[in-house]
Order: sequence, then structure tokens, then C-alpha cells
Amino acid sequence: MHWWLPLKGSTFAGEVDGLFLAITIITGIAFVLVEVGLIWFVVKYRQRPGRKAFYTHGSTRAEVIWTAIPAVTMVALGLISNHYWVRIKGRNSVPPNAYPIAIHAKQFEWQVTYPGPDGKLGTSDDFTVRNQLHVPVGRPIVVRLTSEDVIHSFFVPVFRVKQDAVPGMDINAWFQATVPGTYELGCAELCGLGHYRMRAQVFVQSQEDYDAWTKQAAQEASS
Amino acid sequence: MTHAAATVDQMRPPYPAERGLDVYNTKLGMWVFLASEVMFFAALIGTYIILRFGAPGEWAKPGIVLNIKITAFNTFLLICSSVSMVKAYAAIQDGDPKKMRFWLLLTILGGATFVGIQVYEYIHLIEHGFVPSGVREGSELAELVAKGQLPAATMGLYGSTFFTMTGFHGFHVTCGVISMTYLYLTKALPGKYTKQSYGGIETVGLYWHFVDLVWIILFTIVYLI
Amino acid sequence: MTTVAATAHPAPAHHDDRSFIRKYVFSTDHKIIGIQFLFVSLFFLLVGGLLAMQMRWQLGFPGKPMPGGGVLPETMAPGGVILPEYYIQLVTMHGTFMVFFAIMPLLVGVYANFLIPLKIGTHDMAFPRINMWSFWSFFAAGLVMLASLFVPDGAARAGWTMYAPLSARHDLSGASFGQEMWSVSIILVGLSSILGSLNYITTIINNRAPGMTWFRLPLSVWSLFITAILGLLALPVLSGAAIMLLFDQIIGTHFFDPAAGGQALLWQHLFWFFGHPEVYILILPAMGMVSDIIANGSRKPIFGYHSMVFAIVAIAFLGWIVWGHHMFMSGMNPTLGSSFMVSTLVIAVPSAVKTFNWMGTMWRGNLRFTVPMLNAVAFVAMFVIGGLSGIFMAATPVDMFIHDTYFIVAHLHYVLFGGSLFALFAAIPYWYPKMFGRLMHEGWGKVHFWLTFIFYNLVFFPMHILGMAGHMRRIYDPTQYAFLQPYQPMNEFISISAFLLFATQIIFFVNFWWSLKRGKPSGLNPWQDNGLEWTLPSPAPHGNWERVPTVYRGPYEFSSPQVPEDYLPQTRRLPSDREPAAASAARH
Repeated sequence: MHWWLPLKGSTFAGEVDGLFLAITIITGIAFVLVEVGLIWFVVKYRQRPGRKAFYTHGSTRAEVIWTAIPAVTMVALGLISNHYWVRIKGRNSVPPNAYPIAIHAKQFEWQVTYPGPDGKLGTSDDFTVRNQLHVPVGRPIVVRLTSEDVIHSFFVPVFRVKQDAVPGMDINAWFQATVPGTYELGCAELCGLGHYRMRAQVFVQSQEDYDAWTKQAAQEASS
Repeated sequence: MTHAAATVDQMRPPYPAERGLDVYNTKLGMWVFLASEVMFFAALIGTYIILRFGAPGEWAKPGIVLNIKITAFNTFLLICSSVSMVKAYAAIQDGDPKKMRFWLLLTILGGATFVGIQVYEYIHLIEHGFVPSGVREGSELAELVAKGQLPAATMGLYGSTFFTMTGFHGFHVTCGVISMTYLYLTKALPGKYTKQSYGGIETVGLYWHFVDLVWIILFTIVYLI
Repeated sequence: MTTVAATAHPAPAHHDDRSFIRKYVFSTDHKIIGIQFLFVSLFFLLVGGLLAMQMRWQLGFPGKPMPGGGVLPETMAPGGVILPEYYIQLVTMHGTFMVFFAIMPLLVGVYANFLIPLKIGTHDMAFPRINMWSFWSFFAAGLVMLASLFVPDGAARAGWTMYAPLSARHDLSGASFGQEMWSVSIILVGLSSILGSLNYITTIINNRAPGMTWFRLPLSVWSLFITAILGLLALPVLSGAAIMLLFDQIIGTHFFDPAAGGQALLWQHLFWFFGHPEVYILILPAMGMVSDIIANGSRKPIFGYHSMVFAIVAIAFLGWIVWGHHMFMSGMNPTLGSSFMVSTLVIAVPSAVKTFNWMGTMWRGNLRFTVPMLNAVAFVAMFVIGGLSGIFMAATPVDMFIHDTYFIVAHLHYVLFGGSLFALFAAIPYWYPKMFGRLMHEGWGKVHFWLTFIFYNLVFFPMHILGMAGHMRRIYDPTQYAFLQPYQPMNEFISISAFLLFATQIIFFVNFWWSLKRGKPSGLNPWQDNGLEWTLPSPAPHGNWERVPTVYRGPYEFSSPQVPEDYLPQTRRLPSDREPAAASAARH
């Protein structure tokens, strides 16, 4: 059990985690400030007989300060977040050489279609495997998400990637895996009574292992 | 308008102690209610616009499914009833309850006829095969779809949006007719409206003009384009 | 005349000859309607809690028979083991009951009704009969929703957000009648809310007592006023959406059906266009009432009254342009995501202003730790956590990871339980005397507060950790996932804490009922407050005042140097006070 974020398994996992840490620090400061302040006031200004509270309606200077500081912080945070957002999810963020995989979600499984040896989807050597996502390590992958019936959500925690699959829409999501291993893919959007068991295995493999698996799987699929 | 409000306000003790909007409660309440009605119709009309622009293919050309002529007459009728509503309001402002009753009755008749014609239109459309889910199998319109005169892909959306929008508008007109009839029977006939007190007429008039305005928008976007 | 108004005699309890039914059932008295809302929505709060307990059982102890679960029918929990289809009904109905039938009516239905006329100094709402209909359509909606749990196919099961097309098509969700009942019930809730809102808005604009200018209104009334505007404009959109959903379900329209050209995201846009203002409907009244209570408990004027008002207005305004932050991962255009992110982050600013002003109010105060004050301070402490954790989701790249995980569950409960519900635990005992003439028991109130505060944090704080591990929300059995199995002890811990939290609430309910008959009689003004309502007898009589009082100052003149005692009622005329101008003009 971790008390922090899971393994960083993709190229942008570091960026997402870094931003998470930055926000934790910023909000942590605000949190400590407010909670310690509250406890301090509660102890220090508790009622004592014969004393009257300090009569004031406020202080413009103090209010300007505590309006300006959050405002500046939030705008800065917005700009930094947007920088990463555009790189990760922007319309033009998908690397041009990304390797395409199509995932069709349906109640309650993931149908993963691989491009086969020619590396292109929509050709005759494509093959489909249920609930298994194999990806080569160190290569950008673009997942073309579609849905058969309801809204599902493609979520691989170690990649820090999430994207809804919406019926009637074609949505691209990309990532680049960095650590070989076996992980899990889950559905993050309530999609019916089998939502909880709509999971798949994710295999991040070296290019050779991936090629070998592709060959074998294509044969199995065609036979 | 401001003059009328001022006259009425003074006649309504207790006058709001701290100055509000210088509009009596029922009228203010109606304005506030109409704001929420605007949002309701905005949701329906917004949906129509989004679905029509995002539709998978062309929208049915105007005039094939819907009868524009009869609805144009209906639109004219509703506008006339708005005018007669104004006449009723002006009459009671001048202190002429008899004339007010006449114009109010005419407004009620106009509204009722509008609803009648709309019901007739619905029956007619459903007979020809136009239903909320699109086009009924084996109907007259289904043949037009088969011949390619109507787009198969968007008829479902056409039916959904048409019946929902015009249906809810018709429901609003019906509510207006019922409230005007109620006011006519309980207030106008017994002579409870006078030159000094006619809040009910003014308030229901606001509602009526709003319903009329919504129809002009609906007629334009649903029937004409 | 002016001298009479100045001393503001409470109405001598005049003879009230209404029948029992007119007085307590189909009542048009705003106070009775408020109390009706209170009883009914406390009941629904209990229902929502019971549903949550069942969910927590399944999450903590998946697949084990639930104690007492044997009473549930085979279709829900055969042998006491919760079925997946029942679990998603629990998820859906817990959210629905808590949002629409507990928190929203507790804050708005109860306190807008009860407080507005009392605090602005008028006899009743502008439209008492419409007010009555607002309660009864809420009641009908609640009955429909409750009944839907018992229909053969079971209740709605697409989450309280009812995402289409799962909600729109019976073959996909597996429930038919329950889904339709949900839509009908929500349309009725919308109607109730619109009728209530138009009443509150009209009353506050037009029926304020002489001298009760806009900037002498208590912050509770300000926040309820702004909330009413939000409700008035947001609920019709929900009603419209629910009507289209209902039509999709029963007459075969295709609004949300992509197979026939409809759009799945359309529902989300409509729902969240309503839904984000709704979030503020659920927190603004809490903020307003807490402001009143903190000023009273600190015996100090509220710090920065004007900026508190402007912060409420700013939050409400920004609330209209942030709905897309619920949809960052939905496939919506990412550029749109950027603008929604910025508007969302900006909301942190007025929220921060409010928090610091509450602290400023306590600073150099003379703090009395009554039960309402304890809960109000806890509100500030917990709302801060909920507000700050919201920043994580607002940052779109981080949201990509924690969206739809337990992190958001933790966040929304810190705002809705830690925020709204703690505010209610403050407001209920605070205004209880004006409703029933008695005080709630102080000692048990404190026991309830401390236990709730502790168990509440034990339940919801660890959910942040679960979310950071990637624990998805609304899953029936987390042990299905290998990466979540190590977290099962934490799920178990949360569940046990949740059971204790629920058990603690029994103290509150017993205290509430016991105090109705046995509580200490409160007298006119038990909290030594300045508000107009405290000049009336407890409980306040029908029609409130015989002659409405005249107001000479704002509501937060605590510890004023002008008087020896530490409070100065709004109605008390000091020699230096002038008669309000509008009042003398209006009263002949």
C-alpha cells in the first residue's frame, strides 16, 4: 500500500505527479495556515468573563492582501496546468509517429484492435483481442476510443491517463509507456451493473516481445 | 406601464416598508417566474440547436412534413390575441370594465382556438406517420423517406424536438387560457377589476405576451428554417 | 407611530382560529412550511444515510452477508449479500436523496422559508399559497423517489448524475420503471424549487421592514437570496433535461440516443449547466448561516461585511461558467477545458476571501463555544479542506488521473458533509428555539459534535489516499482489481468509521425529539443576538409581528462601544438613530 501516487509508468506521469505535488504544497500551506490559525484563535480568544471583543468591521488592507494572494496563485497555477494540458490532451498533442490501437468499449469488456504487421488500422491484417492491451515500451501509442452502448472511461492508473469512450464519438488518447510490466486497465465511468468488473490487463513489453506476441496473436485470431 | 404600476401600488396597503422595486408583488413574482421560464425554453431550444447542428446528415426541408400555411394562420391568431390582451388592459386602465371583458373574452377565444388548431395539427401529423420517435413504419411519410424526399437519419431528432418544443408551448398556452378563464369568471364578470385595481389582468397579460414571444421564435426555427 | 415601532412590541399571541389541517398540514404559514420541510428532509437524510451504510458494508466486506441484510428481498441482497445491480441503485439513490431531498431542502426549504420573513421583518412570504405548493410538490417528489426503491425492477441505477445513454435506455441499465420514476420525481423537485425561489426573491426585494436596507440584511438572507436566483435559473434547465430524458424513456424520442443521431454529451452539458450552480445552492446558504453564527459566537461584527456579500455574488456568478470542469475527460474539446479550468480556479478567490473573513471575525473575539458555534467553526475547518482539494481537480492534467476516483468522493463529501451538514448541525440548534420554544440539550449536542467531527474525518480523509491510488468510484467490488487489493484494509477502516459516524447521528435525532417536549424553555433571545427574529416570542406566533419592527442598524453590532452589553439589536433605537426615510414616506 502506497501513501502517495502509484508507479510512474508513462512519459507524462512525471509531469502530472509534479503538478500534483506542487498543488499539494500550495494547498498544504493554505491548509496549515487556516487550521493553525483557527486552533490558535479558538484557544486564545475563548470567552473570559468581563471582557468585550474588539469592535471592528474589517480592514480593507488585510482583505486586499488575502484577495490578491490567492488570485495571483490561482492564475499562475492555471497557466502552468494549461501548459501541460495542451501537451497531454490538446487536439494537436498526439505525436505524429504514434502507433495506433483501436479500443471499442462495450458492456462490459474492452475490445482491443491491433494494426497487425503493417502498423495501420483499417487493413485486413488487423486483429482483435478481448481485455488485453499489449503495448511496446518507449513508443507513443494513440488509442482510438469508441463505445458500443454507453459511456465508459479508459483508465490506466500507472499511465495517469483517462479518457471517456462515448457512443457516437471517436476520441483519441495517447501515452507512451516507460516501464515494462503488467498493469491494469479499468472503467472509470459507471456503465451498468458490470461496471466493477470491466477490467483488462495491460502488458508493457519490449519491442521484440511485442512483435513476437503480435505474430502469435494474429495467427490465433485468424485461425 | 410605470404609471399603472404606481396607481396600483398606492392602492395596495400595506405598502412595502423598505422601498423594493416599486412593483407590486404579483407583478414582480410574474417577472421572476418568467425568468425561470426563459431558462426552461432556453434548455429546449438550445437542445434543438445543438442536435440540429450536430445531426448526422441533412435536416428535413421545411414544408414537407409540417403544414406551414395553417400554422402561419395560427401564429397570426396568437399575435392577435396578444393585441386583444393589450386592448383589455388599456380598457380597464381607462376604467371601462365592459370593454375589458369583451377584449379579455376575445383573448381567451383566440388562445383556445390556437390550442384547438394545434391539437388538430398533431392528430393530422400522427395520422400521416410523424411521431415523437420519428416516422412510423408503413405510413405515408415512411414512403417519402424511402423515396429519399425526407432524410432517414435525422427524422428521429426532428420528431423528438418538434413534439417536445411545440408540445410544451401548447401546454403553456393551455395554462394561460385556463388562468384567463378563471380570472374572467371570478374577477372580471363580478366586476372586481376597476380603474384602480387590475393587477390580475396586467400579470396574466405579461405571461400571455411571453408565451406569444416564445411561439414566434419556435415558429421561425421549427417551421420556417 | 414611530415610537411604537421603535420599541417593536412582539405581537401578543392573537387568537388563531385555523383548523388543525390548515394550521399544520396545508399550512400557508412560512414557519410551519419550514418546519414541515425540516421533518421531511431529516427523514430523507436518514434514508440517504442508511443507503450509504449498505454501500460501505459492501466496500469494506465485499461478498459477505450484511448483518440484517436478510430482510432485503432476493432481488437486492439474496441471503444478505448485496448484488451488483442493487449496489448501483444504492449509489444512485444515496446521491439523489442526499442532494435533492436532504441537503437542498434542509438548507433552502427549511431556512429560506423559516428565516427570510423573520429576518427581514415581514408577516409572511409574498405568496403563501405558492409556498405551500412548493412544499407539497417536494413531498410528492420524495414519495415517488422513495417508492421507486420498491418497484420490481428496482430504482434508478445510472448514478445521481444520470448520464445518458445508460439512463435513457432500459435495455442498457436494466431498470425501467425506477428510471422513469426518477425523472418524474426530479421534474417535481424542479417545480418545487422554482415556486420556492420566486417566493423568496419577491419577498426579499419587496417586503423588507422599514430601515432594513440591502446592506443591513444578515448574510444568511443575502446568501439565501442569491441561492434563490441560482435555483430559479438552474432548476428549469434540469427540469427540461429530465423531461427530455423521460420522453426518451417512455415515448421513444432520441435526444440522448447516439444510435439515432442524439448526443450523449448533450445530457452532461444540460445536467452540469444546472449541476454546478446546484453545488453553490448546496453551500451558499450554509456559508450565510455560518456567518451569522460565527459573528454571534465571537461577539464581534462580521469581518468585511461588504466583501462577504460581494464574494457570495461572485461565487454565484462564476458558478454559471464552470460547468465544463465536470467534463474534462468526457471528450469535450480540450481548448474549452482550458477556459473552464481558469474560471474554476478563479472561484477559489472569493472562497478564500470568505474563509479569511470568518477567521478575521474570530480574531480578538470573545468566543462562546455553544453547540452552534462549535459546528460553525468546524464548518470553516472542513470547508477549507473541501475547497483546497477542489484545486486538484480543477487543474486539468491532475484531473486526468483523479477524475472519477475516490479523490472526488472525498472532495465532494468534505464540501457537502464537512461543509453543508456541519452548517446544518449549527443552524438546527441555533434556530430550534424560535421554531419550538425550547433549546436542544447542550451536553449531548457537544458529545454529538465531537464524535461526528472525529468519525467524519476518519471516514473521508482516507478516501483521498484511495483516490491517489486510482480507486475508481461507484465500483461494487474493489478487490476485483489487483492494484486495489492492498488497499482493502483501508476500505474496511473507512467502513467501520462510517458505521460509527452513522451511530453517532442517533444522538442527534434523539436529542432533537427529546428536546421538543423536554428541552429547556429558551425565552426570547437565548443567544443574545441582534436579528429581528429574536424580538419575537419563541416559538414565533402566526403572522410574526402585529406591526413590523423598524430597523436602525446592521445585524452584526456585537460588542459595540455604544452600549454596555455586548450586543445591540437591530430594532433598538438609540438617541443618535434617525427614523428610516422610506418608512416614514410609506407609512402615510
